[in-house]
Amino acid sequence: MELRPILSTLRRHKTASALIVLEIALSCAIICNALFLISGRLERMDRPSGMAEEELVRVQVTGVGTDDNATARTESDLALLRAIPGVKSASIVNQVVYDGSSWNSGVNLSPDQTHITLSASIYLGDAKLPETMGLKLVAGRTFNPDEMVKWAVANSPGYDAAPPVAIITTDMAKKLWPGEDPIGKTLYSWGDAGTRVVGVVEQLARPNEIGGAAAHYYSMLLPIEPDYTVGGRYLVRTEPGRREEVLKAAVDVLQKNGPTRIILNQGTLDQMRAAYYRQDRSMAWMLVIVCVALLVVTALGIVGLASFWVQQRTKQIGVRRALGATRTQILRYFQTENFLLATAGIVLGMMMAYGLNQVLMAKAELPRLPALYLPVGALVLWLLGQLSVLGPARRAAAVPPAVATRSV
Amino acid sequence: MFAYYFDLALRSFRRNKVLTALMVLAIALGIGASMTTLTVFHVLSGDPIPTKSDRLFYPQLDPATMNGYTPGEEPEEQMTRYDAEELLRQKRAMRQAMMTGGSVAVVPEKAGLTPFYVDARYTSADFFPMFETPFLFGGGWSAAEDARHDRVVVLSKELNERVFAGGNSVGRSIRLGDAEFRVVGVLDAWRPVPKFYDLTSQNFGVPEQAFLPFSTSRDLRMERNGSMNCWANIGGDDPEGNTGVNAPCAWIQYWVELESPAQAKEYLQYLRDYSEQQRASGRFERPTNVRLRNVMEWLAFQEVVPRDVRMQVWLAFGFLLVCLLNTVGLLLAKFLRRANEIGVRRALGASRRAIFAQCLVEAGTVGLAGGVLGLGLAWLGLWALRQQSSGVADILHLDLPMLATTFVLSVVASMLAGLVPAWQACQLAPAMQLKSQ
Repeated sequence: MELRPILSTLRRHKTASALIVLEIALSCAIICNALFLISGRLERMDRPSGMAEEELVRVQVTGVGTDDNATARTESDLALLRAIPGVKSASIVNQVVYDGSSWNSGVNLSPDQTHITLSASIYLGDAKLPETMGLKLVAGRTFNPDEMVKWAVANSPGYDAAPPVAIITTDMAKKLWPGEDPIGKTLYSWGDAGTRVVGVVEQLARPNEIGGAAAHYYSMLLPIEPDYTVGGRYLVRTEPGRREEVLKAAVDVLQKNGPTRIILNQGTLDQMRAAYYRQDRSMAWMLVIVCVALLVVTALGIVGLASFWVQQRTKQIGVRRALGATRTQILRYFQTENFLLATAGIVLGMMMAYGLNQVLMAKAELPRLPALYLPVGALVLWLLGQLSVLGPARRAAAVPPAVATRSV
Repeated sequence: MFAYYFDLALRSFRRNKVLTALMVLAIALGIGASMTTLTVFHVLSGDPIPTKSDRLFYPQLDPATMNGYTPGEEPEEQMTRYDAEELLRQKRAMRQAMMTGGSVAVVPEKAGLTPFYVDARYTSADFFPMFETPFLFGGGWSAAEDARHDRVVVLSKELNERVFAGGNSVGRSIRLGDAEFRVVGVLDAWRPVPKFYDLTSQNFGVPEQAFLPFSTSRDLRMERNGSMNCWANIGGDDPEGNTGVNAPCAWIQYWVELESPAQAKEYLQYLRDYSEQQRASGRFERPTNVRLRNVMEWLAFQEVVPRDVRMQVWLAFGFLLVCLLNTVGLLLAKFLRRANEIGVRRALGASRRAIFAQCLVEAGTVGLAGGVLGLGLAWLGLWALRQQSSGVADILHLDLPMLATTFVLSVVASMLAGLVPAWQACQLAPAMQLKSQ
C-alpha cells in the first residue's frame, strides 16, 4: 500500500484530520483512565471481610429507657436465638462490618509510647463470636470462657483493668511485629496494662474506611462481652440457604423478649454489603456509561467525516477506478487513512492518558496507571476506527469508474 | 438579517437530516452529562444558610494530651463537654450553642401502639435563633430553661404529624424514653443542605426530629450518637463515663454567631486567651492551637462534597469536550459541502463577515436544539439518580440558575465549535467554487 498519496491528501485537509486525531486522543485518554478507575472500584467491592458473609444475618435491637437487667436479657436473647432451627451460632457484637459505626483504639508496642503504632478497630463480643463470624484462625486460640468479662463490669465506675488477652488479624500482626510470631507478644491499647496476643485470624475487615486501604484489616477482638444496650447488634450464623427464615424468626424472638423492644435494623450481610458499596457501584456504572458514550460519539465523528470525504472525492475515486484501481484498493485506501489517523490519535492519547493519570494521582490519590491499560485502549480505538470507516469506505469502493467521465 | 440566517439554517438542517441529527445528539449527550453532574455538584456544594454563613463560626480547641502530639496538626474537630459548657457560660459571642446528636424512643400515649426511635439533638437555647429555624407553632426554649434542666422539646414537622396528627401541640406532653416532656415548639419543614451544624454522621442527612436541652439530656442519660474521640483513659469514678464533664473526650459541636465577620479576629483572640488560661491551669497540655472557621470554610475543610462528585463533573466535561470536537468536525464537513452555495452568495455580494455570521447562527441553532435535548437528558439523569435511595437523592433538582446555565453552555459551546468551520467557510474564494460548476 502506497502511503504517500494518503499523506498528501491528509495534508490538504489539515483541520479535519487534526480534529479527528484530537477526538480519538481525548477518547483514548479518558477511556484508559476510566477503565482503570472502574477496575479500582471493582477491586474494592471485591475485598473479602473475613466473615462467612453468605451465612450471616444481623438484627439490631434496642429497648426504651434504662434496663437494669441488660446482661441477663442479653443472655436470654442469645439463648433464644441459638434455639431457632437452622441457626449454627449466634453472638452479640459491638460493631458489624459494613455497618459504618465503629469502635477504634490506638495500639502501642510499649506503655510509654507517645505516637501510636496503628489504630485498630475493636470488636467486642461473646466467646462464640469468632465462630459466629466464621473467622479463619491461623495461629493460637480463641478466648477461653474464663477470660470473658461482662460489659456491665468492664464499664462500671472504678474498673480500669485492661483486657488481658486479644485476637488480632495477620495484617495487624505484620505491622506490629514484622517477621515475628505474634502469639504471646504484648500490645498496649485499652488501659495502661498490656494485652497479650493469644490468637491470629486471617482477615477481619473494619466497619468503615477509617485509616484508608492499608488499615482495612487492622481489627482486634477483645474478651469483653457487651450487653444489648451497647448498640444491640446480634449476629446470627445460619445453615446455607436458610437466612431469610432465620432472620424472620430472630426478629420475632427478639421483639417478644422484653416489655418494649424496637428493631432498629435487620438484614443479611449481603444486603449490608450491597448498601455499603452502593456509591462505588454507581460510580463504576457511571464510568461505564461515559466510556460507551465516548466510543459512540467518536464513532459518529469518524463516520460523519469519512462520509464527507468520500462524497468530496467521488470524482477522484472515479478517476482512480477508471485508471485501473480495484474496489479492494479503494477500500484499503480509506481503511489505511483511518488507521493512520487513529494511530496518531492513539499516540497523542497515550501521552494525554499519562498526563491525566498524573493529575488524578495528585488530586484523587489514585495509584499510577498500569502500562497494560495503554495497549488495551489503543486496541479498542483502532477497532472502533476500522469499524466506523467500513461503511463510508465501502460506499467509496462502490463508486463506478464511469463517474470520471461525467462532469458534475 | 438574523431571522434570515436562522431560516437558512433551518433549510440546511432539512437538507442534511442525518448529519444535523448527529450533531444535535452529540451536543445533547455532552450537555446532558455535564448538567447532570454539575447539578449534583451545585446542590452538594451549596450554602446551607446564605443569610449568615459568613457570621456563623465553628471554634476548635486542642485539649488533648501531649501523647501523639505533632506540631502543626489540626486541633480536635469537636469540643469537650467541659470547654463547650464553659464557653457557653462565658457568652462572648452574640449567640452560641453547644450540641450533640442522639436518639430517643418516642412512646405513644395510647396503649398498644409500639414505641419508635427518632434522631434527636441535645442543644442549648440559641440553636433556634442562630440557625433561623422556621417554626410552625411556638418557638424554642430560653437559657433559663437550659439552666433549670427543663424537660421541654421542640418537634420536627414530621414527628408532630406522626404523634399529634399535625395539630398545634405546643403545651402538650410527649413521652421520650423514661420521661415526660412538654412541647414548646414545632418546626416547619427545615432542610439545610448540607447538614452543616453536625458533619460527624450523614453530611446530607435530614435534621433531627426532636430537639431538647443538652442539660436535660445528661440528667436523663439519653443515648448519644456521632463520633467521639478520647485521648486518655476515662477516670474510673465518674458514673457518666465518657460523657462526663471532665472526660478527656471530644464529642460536642459548638457554634457561635458574631455580629459581623470582622469580629472573628476578636473572637479568635478570645479563644487563644481561653486556651492559654486552660494551659496555665494545667488542663491543656498542648501549645495553643485554635481555629475559627465560618460555615463555608468549615464545609470546605471537612471536604463535604465527595471526591467522586468532583471527578464526575470533570469526567462529564471531558466528555462534552469530545462531543464538541465531534461537532466541530461535522460542522466543517457541512459548511464545506456547501462551498458552491457559499461561492454564489459571495459572488452576489455577501461579505465574508456575512458568511461568518450565517455559519455561526447555524452553529448556535444546533446548540440550542442540543441544549433542549440535553436538558431532557439531564432531567432524565437526575431522575435516575433520585431513584437511588442514598441520602442526597431527594434534593437533586434542576433549579432556575442551572436551567439558564444549560442553555448558555450549549449555545456558547456550539458557537465556539462553529468558529473554526465558519472561519474556513468564509475563507473560500468565490471564483474557485464557481469555476468548478
